[in-house]
Amino acid sequence: MSRRLLFLLPLATLALMAGFFAWSLMAGRDPASIGSVMVGRPAPRLDLRALRDGDKPLTDALLRTGKPTIVNFFASWCTPCLAEHPLFTRLAQRDGAVIVGIAWKNKPEEARAWLAKLGDPFLYAGQDFDGRTGLDWGLSGVPETYLIDGNGIVRFHFRGPITEKDVRNTILPFLKGGKP
Amino acid sequence: MRRALVLLLVSLLALPALAVEPTEMLKDPALEARAREIGQALRCVVCQNQSIDDSAAEVARDMRRAVRERLSAGDSDAQVFDFMVARYGDYVLLKPPFKLGTLLLWLGAPLVLLVAATAIMLTALRRRATAPLPPLSDEERERLRSLLGR
Repeated sequence: MSRRLLFLLPLATLALMAGFFAWSLMAGRDPASIGSVMVGRPAPRLDLRALRDGDKPLTDALLRTGKPTIVNFFASWCTPCLAEHPLFTRLAQRDGAVIVGIAWKNKPEEARAWLAKLGDPFLYAGQDFDGRTGLDWGLSGVPETYLIDGNGIVRFHFRGPITEKDVRNTILPFLKGGKP
Repeated sequence: MRRALVLLLVSLLALPALAVEPTEMLKDPALEARAREIGQALRCVVCQNQSIDDSAAEVARDMRRAVRERLSAGDSDAQVFDFMVARYGDYVLLKPPFKLGTLLLWLGAPLVLLVAATAIMLTALRRRATAPLPPLSDEERERLRSLLGR
């Protein structure tokens, strides 16, 4: 009897694995995700030259104004940045979001030309030409977006371009309530 | 066939190329050696399983530069690792730390081995115990003696 049960073992293993794979597919598990340790912590240092001529430099004070703030790292050479750009434009124009844009490893004149062509949704824009600020923020590339609450705490970290779904489910509720 | 074998053997001689560029290296060879050791143990955050020393990614280059800056500023190796973990989490460590969240990762395989070895041993012991050999009958003993030629 116990020997016959033993024959079911391979089948049980198969069922277990199939279950795991099905769950992985359905629950949107991303094995390539590296997560973020920034969430729940105070936003890292911000001390950058302004991207636009005549603007004041970017400092930590920008992230502790009591208003929720979006910080977006972008570059003119980055295609996914192009894809998410209209969403930021709409967030700024329609929803009045405070967005800080940081040009990562991008020549300032190229970043400025890119914004001049596509429209500039950034209330503040800085340049991180050598990527030092990006490293302090735990950036892995562009685009990446952080949601900072009014007290300067990071509440969300999107690696990769934001989508319509992110705006609807996370960013807009965050801007309204301060906490998604 | 022979040519394929030669090609295969030659390809084994190839060493993995380092992405560390000469301009990045520190002048002090002792510090540079430490930077290499740390760089080999830090994982590039945009590559699936490459160290920052092996990766040509932008972020990997920034991380190598940061490692060298920290070492030049007098940080210990542990402080450099802490610096990276504070920014990228345990993910940057190619050798994950031993803690509650990684218990299964570290002990899972030895545990499976232990369970399997115990199961096999128990089965073997039981098999030996359940089959005690009956002693030879007189007839068999006679036959054995004739076979052995005595």
